[in-house]
Parts: sequence; C-alpha cells; structure tokens
Amino acid sequence: MKMNYQLTENRLETKFHDVKPLYSVSEAEIEANRCLFCFEPPCIKACPTEIDIPGFIRKIASGNIRGSAETIFRSNILGTSTSRVCPVEESCSGACVYNDLDNKPIQIGRLQRFATHKAMELEIKTDRPLFLPSEAVDKKVALIGAGPASLSCAAYLALEGVQSIIYEKNNLPGGLNTTGVAPYKLMAEDALDEVQWLSKYGVQIQTGIEIGQDFTLSQLLDENDAVFLGIGLGQDTFPGIKGEDLDNVWGATELIKKIKNDSNFELPIEVKKVVIIGGGNTAIDISRELAILGVSEVDIVYRRTENVMPGYKHELIHAREYGVRLLESYIPKEILKGSDGRLQLLTQKTNSSTESIHNADWIVMAIGQLKFAGEIIPELDLDDSGCVIVDETTKETSIQNLFAGGDCINGGKEVVNAVADGRDAAHAMLKNWGIYPVNSNLKNREQ
Amino acid sequence: MADLSTNFSGIKSPNPFWLASGPPTNCGEQVMRAFDAGWGGAVWKTLGEPIVNVSSRLAAVDYKGQKMTGLNNIELITDRPLESNFKEIYEVKKRYSDHAVVASLMVESKEEWKEIIQRAEDAGADGLELNFGCPHGMCERGMGSSVGQEPKVLELITSWVMEYAQTPVLVKLTPNTGDIVVPGIAAVNGGANGISLINTVKSIIGVNLDTLVPLPGVGGQSTNGGYCGPAVKPIALYMLSALAREPKINIPISGIGGISTWQDAAEFLALGATNVQVCTAVMHYGYRIVEDLNDGLNNYLDDKGMVSVSELIGKAADNVTDWGDLDLNYGVVPKINEDTCIGCQLCYIACLDGGHQCIHTRQSLCWAHHGESDHGVNPRIEPGPAETHNIGTTPVHVPFVDEDECIGCNLCSLICPVPGCITMEEIPHAKGRESWNERIAKGLR
Ligand SMILES: Cc1cc2nc3c(=O)[nH]c(=O)nc-3n(C[C@H](O)[C@H](O)[C@H](O)COP(=O)(O)OP(=O)(O)OC[C@H]3O[C@@H](n4cnc5c(N)ncnc54)[C@H](O)[C@@H]3O)c2cc1C
Ligand SMILES: Cc1cc2nc3c(=O)[nH]c(=O)nc-3n(C[C@H](O)[C@H](O)[C@H](O)COP(=O)(O)O)c2cc1C
Ligand code: SF4
Repeated sequence: MKMNYQLTENRLETKFHDVKPLYSVSEAEIEANRCLFCFEPPCIKACPTEIDIPGFIRKIASGNIRGSAETIFRSNILGTSTSRVCPVEESCSGACVYNDLDNKPIQIGRLQRFATHKAMELEIKTDRPLFLPSEAVDKKVALIGAGPASLSCAAYLALEGVQSIIYEKNNLPGGLNTTGVAPYKLMAEDALDEVQWLSKYGVQIQTGIEIGQDFTLSQLLDENDAVFLGIGLGQDTFPGIKGEDLDNVWGATELIKKIKNDSNFELPIEVKKVVIIGGGNTAIDISRELAILGVSEVDIVYRRTENVMPGYKHELIHAREYGVRLLESYIPKEILKGSDGRLQLLTQKTNSSTESIHNADWIVMAIGQLKFAGEIIPELDLDDSGCVIVDETTKETSIQNLFAGGDCINGGKEVVNAVADGRDAAHAMLKNWGIYPVNSNLKNREQ
Repeated sequence: MADLSTNFSGIKSPNPFWLASGPPTNCGEQVMRAFDAGWGGAVWKTLGEPIVNVSSRLAAVDYKGQKMTGLNNIELITDRPLESNFKEIYEVKKRYSDHAVVASLMVESKEEWKEIIQRAEDAGADGLELNFGCPHGMCERGMGSSVGQEPKVLELITSWVMEYAQTPVLVKLTPNTGDIVVPGIAAVNGGANGISLINTVKSIIGVNLDTLVPLPGVGGQSTNGGYCGPAVKPIALYMLSALAREPKINIPISGIGGISTWQDAAEFLALGATNVQVCTAVMHYGYRIVEDLNDGLNNYLDDKGMVSVSELIGKAADNVTDWGDLDLNYGVVPKINEDTCIGCQLCYIACLDGGHQCIHTRQSLCWAHHGESDHGVNPRIEPGPAETHNIGTTPVHVPFVDEDECIGCNLCSLICPVPGCITMEEIPHAKGRESWNERIAKGLR
C-alpha cells in the first residue's frame, strides 16, 4: 500500500545537523572489525529488543549487509529509527566490554544505522525485498495509534500474513518519532520514510481517525481478532501554579511538535531567554533545541539536584556544550507578568524560604505527559499512576484480546521499549492462533 | 534462496561448510553442537593409536590490533581412546543422518589401516580422510607429512586404503612440499576419491625475547609446529588452483586454509573447491560463525543470480593461467581522486622509494634530475592541480601521476588509506594482445 505524507519544507527542524551522521563504508568497516564478537555479550542483554549485536556487526565486517540488516530487523523492525534515537550510551554501548578496558565502546547505534540504511538502498538497487511476508491468514488486527509500539506490532503481524490496520488521530503517522524526537537525532521525514518502508510489508495506516471519537473500542474488538493499544501519552502536564495559563507558557512536547512539523512556526527574535521547568530528557531535549536555534540564555529549573535527575548524564553534557544551564533545587511557585511584558518565574529554594525571580521570554513545562488511556477506555485496569496493566509476557490487558504496549504501559520510556512490547504482543497473538513467526525472533531467542 | 547443498564424491551435506579435523571436532558432543549451529559436515579429529600430547601447544601472530591472524600448533592426533571416538561417531550419525561425518585417519602398517578403516565405517562414517599432512611430531614417527612429502609412499598407502574402503576416501595433502601437483597426482593414481588441502604449514611462530624460548614453550624448549589461520589463505588458494588446473587431477577438492568468512569460502569455491573446511576461525569465535557463512554465501549467490552453490564452483579457475600467457600489452594507470585525497603523500613516497618514481607533488618539482638514467624523478608533464581543498586551514597537496612513466604496478592504490581514492584504470592500446609465449613462438624475446 502506497502512502504519501507531505511535510512542508520550512520546518524549523531542518535547521538542525545530524549529530551522529551515517558512517562511510570505511568507517563502518573499521568500527565493525573492532568488535570482539563476544559470546553471550552484555550489549545484547542491555537491548530491550535483544538484537544479536555481535552477529549483525560481524556481517557488516564480512560484507553481508543484507544479512546484517535482517538480523537487526528480525528482533527490532524499527531498527532504522532506533539506531538513531536509542540512548546507546545508557544501553548497548554502555554495556560494551571495551568500557572495562578503558577503551571506546563499539558505536553500535552508528553501525546499526549503517547496516539498515545500506540494506534499504540494496533492496531498491537489487529489487529484492529483505523479507517475504507469509501468505495471508484469516486473522485481522486493529491497532490504535501509529507510534513505534503499534508500528512494530503491526509489522510483525503483517509479516506473518495477518491483516493489520493502524488508526492514528494525527495527520502524520510515526508517533513521537515524527513529532517528538530531537531533530538532531531523527527528522520527521526520516521517521515517515521508515513508516513508508513498513507499509511495503503490509502495514496499513489510516490517519486522522481518533478512537473514542470516530470508532469505539468495542466496535474494534467486535470486528477484529485482536486489538492493540499503542496510544502513548497525552498532553503535557502542568504543575498547577498560578499564571501557568499565561501567553508564552508552553508545554514541551507541544513546542517540540511545532519545531518538527509546523512550517508556519518560527522562533521570534525577541525570545532571548527561556526557562524550562523539569529534569527529564524532554526538558534537556527542548533546552538544547532552543539553544541550537539561537536562544541566547536557556535555563533548566529543576526542583531537585543533578545527581538524582532522571535525564541522562550524556544528554545534559551535550546540552551544556550549547550553553544550557541547570539550576538545581528550585521549586516553581508562580508565574507573573512583569511591567516590561516579559514573564517572571517565582521560585523557592528547596528546604529554605529563599525566593527568587527568573525573568524569561518563554517558560516551557517539561514535567511530564498525561496518562489518558483511562479516558478513552474507562473499564481498563490501570495502576496507581494511570499506566495500563498488562501481562508481562503477552502484553494482554485486563480486557480479553486487547493488548497494549509502549508509553501507555510504562509511563514513558524509549522507542526501543515500545518496539519490544509491540513485537511481544504480536508473538502472543500469533501463539494464540497457532501461527509460528518465521520472519522474526522470539524473545530470548527461545525458538 | 540458493541451494547450498553439496555432494562431495557421494558424501552429501546440507551446505559446503565442514569443520576441518582438529580441536573443534575432538568429540561427539562438540560435533553435534556444531551441526545444531549450522555446519554441514565435520572431519573428525584424526584417529590413530592414541598419543600423549604436550602443554602448551598453541601460539599466535597478532597483527596490528587483530588477534590471531596466524596460529601455530604442536598438537598431535587424538589423545582419546579409539573406542570412545567410534562410539561417538555412531551416536552422531544416528542423530544427524543428513550431515556429513568423515573420519580422519593416520596409522602405519597395512594391517592397521585395514582395521581402522573397518572400525570407522562400522561406526557409520560417511567417508575417510587420510591425514598425510601433519608437519610436526607425527612425521618424526614416519606418518603425516612424511607420507605427504613422498609421492610413492603416498600412492602406495592410498592404494592400500582403497582396497578396504567402502566409503569415499579423501587424501589430505601437506603444503610442505616443492610442487603440490606431484602428491596430488599420486593421490589420484592411488585411487583416491577426493583431495583436501591444505594441512598446516611448517613454522616457528616467534621467540619470547625475555626467555629466548621459541613459541609455544614447553618447559624451556619448543619445536616447529604447523601454521594456519587467515595468514595461510593465499598459500592454500594457490595450491587449490594448481590442482584444479591440472588435467590429471579429476577428483573433487575440499578447500582448507584460513577461511573465516563467507567471502573467503566463496573464493575457494570459485577457484575450484567443491566444499570447504574450517578450523582456526572456529577456534577463535566458535561454531556460531557458520550462521554468516551460510547467510552471506546465500545472499551472494542470490545477488549473482546463481541458484545453487555448484554454479559458483570453478568459475574463477579458468582465469588463472601461466605467466607466459598473460597479455604483455595490457596496462593500467592510477587515477587519483583530487576531491577525496587527504594529502598524506603515502603514494608519492611509495612510488618514489619502492615503485618507479612516477608520482609527483608540486614541492618535488625542484628536485634535480637524476643524471642520465632512463627516467628521472622530475615529471615530463605539467603538474596537475596541487591544492584542491583544505584540511582545517592547511591546504591538501594532491600528488599527480606521470602516466607516461607509470608501469602500472598497483602499489599506490594498495597503500592509499582512502577507499576508492586511487583507482587503477585500463589504458586503451591499439597493439592487440600479445603474450610472452606468443612472442617466443614468433621468434621474439
Ligand atoms: C520530547 C521527547 C523526546 C524523546 N526522545 C526520545 C529519544 O531520543 N529516544 C528514544 O528512544 N525515545 C525518546 N522519547 C520517548 C519515545 O518517543 C517514546 O517512548 C515512544 O515514542 C513511545 O511509543 P508509543 O508507540 O508508545 O507512543 P507514541 O510514540 O506516543 O505514539 C502514540 C500514537 O498514538 C496516537 N494516538 C493517541 N491516542 C489516540 C487515539 N485515541 N486514536 C488514535 N490514535 C491515537 C498518537 O497521536 C500517537 O501518534 C522521547 C519522548 C519525548 C516526549
Ligand atoms: C590445534 C590444531 C590441531 C589440528 N589437528 C589436526 C588433525 O588432527 N588432523 C588434521 O588433519 N588436521 C589437523 N589440523 C589442521 C586443520 O585441519 C587445517 O588443515 C588447518 O588448520 C588449516 O585450516 P584453518 O586455517 O582453517 O585452521 C589441526 C589444526 C590445529 C590448529
Ligand atoms: S583454552 Fe581452555 S584448554 Fe586451552 S588453556 Fe585455556 S582453559 Fe585450557
């Protein structure tokens, strides 16, 4: 099925440079040959999709690029985008045994990008697809939300001949890969190219359809053999302080989406100072994005200290390279409008009564996103924080034949976790129907 | 999906990848794990009167950051009771009927050959491999390479074996000989059904400069061993092609020596091997390497539009010829890509000191002409663009080639660190093909 998603040219995200560009052939060869090809290595254990990492790297070294990409995709069908967005410093590369030798770890993400990118070029050049989807079986699955979780689930089902249709409320598919991930890692057009590639293998997507509005869940459950919920998280949450509804107070993901997708959006030159409230990766991402776009002063205001911050250390280091400051132990109290028309954030130091005023042209809230699964499916079992409760292995929810994965079950982790969930749910459905997956690897490769 | 299955003189296997006789085929448990991993066949660790081995046994050459580019060993044949080995062969064959199990054998007298052949075949071996190649220890006892180096003895023992053997027989040759074709023909004359080569190359791998004991050390002493691994591949490829080109050698060849990737294997197959065997690469990384061997070969065959591995076998063999038949009028010259050149000047210095003084830089132009030798270091051509781009603020000095002087040796393209920067391109010539043999036939020199 051919899908065409139009992105306009003047998006702010096109101003960013790729921080980890595609390796040249010789760079890839040198890096691949550095891999020790460890047995039962820690890098695989650190990957939520358990890609056979030394296996795919050895195939790069031997020149078997097609085989290398197949090895990746059999465990992680979104191997193309994850190679670029995964926090490899924390996962696979962070576990590489070279770290123990005080040596630079293998650049697994960049090798993975090389293999998947080159294999897709080969696919076109040789006119031979990487996968041969199985013949159609009499099974049908509807998936809600076209983010990484549903895309992975739909793809692994489609590869086994299951009819898989994703309903997406946004006008673009891809979920946060398209709307949220920092453009210096992955641009929206790259995310859409990946979706396009998946559609070649039978993944169908209908955009502009919101479940809860256009269809109900029970309709989908009636008409399909199973339903997968991959709705991610909702709108940015706000701290509930006075003045947070003033103009020029943004939600972080709302602002990032504008930077990535909206061609009419520009950063006004008057915006010289931005204060970001939060301490996670979204706070760090938007701080770095604004600094790169030319905001001269970007401060992250965090209520606790750097050592307990949920944002990754390596991300903070990079943000600081662009001049971003972290202000520790400030609790936001109120937002005021100054006489000059600028915003003023009133904060209080943790464990003290000292108050400060931070002037800002914009204030960005990056303290989290809404968990809204309960809003569209009230009868669903949720945990205290609002995450959908699923069976650990099958990803089935409290409602029979309703599976779920990604941010809506884990409260917001990484793309690769969503991919793993989607794959595991697909495998559980296939198992229920007595279909053995021939185009993907089972978890722990327990074949 | 290409068909990878092979038939070697009647020994069938699901793919052309066999384990060579050595530590990876020491016992049944190992061979079964190897088959599970995807190996098509295994040549069992050489069987004979059990011996006593030494410790240590192995030493290796590391080359510029890569471990074990060459391996040397002083291990002998099996040190386990024959009874256990045969029992395990039986168990393996019972469970893996589609895979090839070949018993490697080495004994002395005709009586002993008769007995061991019978026992191996009774155990269910699909074929026999005669180890006439081990270049250390066993040869001092009149076996191994001491047989492989004596064509008459090799032929005689092979003919003994053929009297008794019911299954296909491969003769495994030693590379430690003057002309590999001679023992190859002896194997054919002795009636063998196939040849496998190479066994290890006689070697001393190095000396520990602290203790002044060569490696591997055995209590302050050492001995010569057998060399194998990636370093020996070119030797093996040559010997394979020499046999494949010899009309009298009309039996299939199993290629061994330095194979660690599917590309290595494809080269052996293209030069005429019917299948390949691997030892060192498995000792380095384990049986799991076979996954890429199968997958990579399969993808290569698909890319080439070949439906089975047999289509590849021997495809490059006819392109090997005697030097005297090469076209003397053919020529290539290097083209340096000015945009990708990084200005390291390695090609310049290589050609100046180790080539034929045909690459120049702007700076080198001030050099004096070297007297009246046939050609000097000053180019006869106008210099090309010397600086096309900067690295940082420093301009890159791109060397240029005096094509009239270049003899087309390839050296510059071999040492250039930038992929695709120096390419050797054919220079058209109007003279037509002429080889040295053709010149001799015309009475020229
Ligand atoms: C700013 C930001 C940066 C990030 N950066 C990274 C990163 O660099 N690396 C990384 O690995 N992870 C990153 N993440 C996390 C990652 O994006 C998520 O973990 C991942 O996208 C979750 O996938 P998902 O499929 O569960 O949800 P999503 O990607 O959120 O997709 C859910 C989709 O469902 C749709 N939807 C919702 N409700 C409905 C409905 N009722 N009907 C139809 N469709 C609906 C939404 O429109 C959306 O397209 C980032 C997250 C954010 C917010
Ligand atoms: C430790 C060791 C033991 C070996 N033992 C035998 C043997 O018992 N019989 C035999 O025919 N070859 C033996 N070989 C030689 C291998 O079968 C093979 O011919 C050689 O190593 C070249 O292949 P490679 O480069 O893949 O290792 C041995 C090699 C090694 C390294
Ligand atoms: S590899 Fe195994 S057998 Fe060899 S020395 Fe080490 S522990 Fe001993």
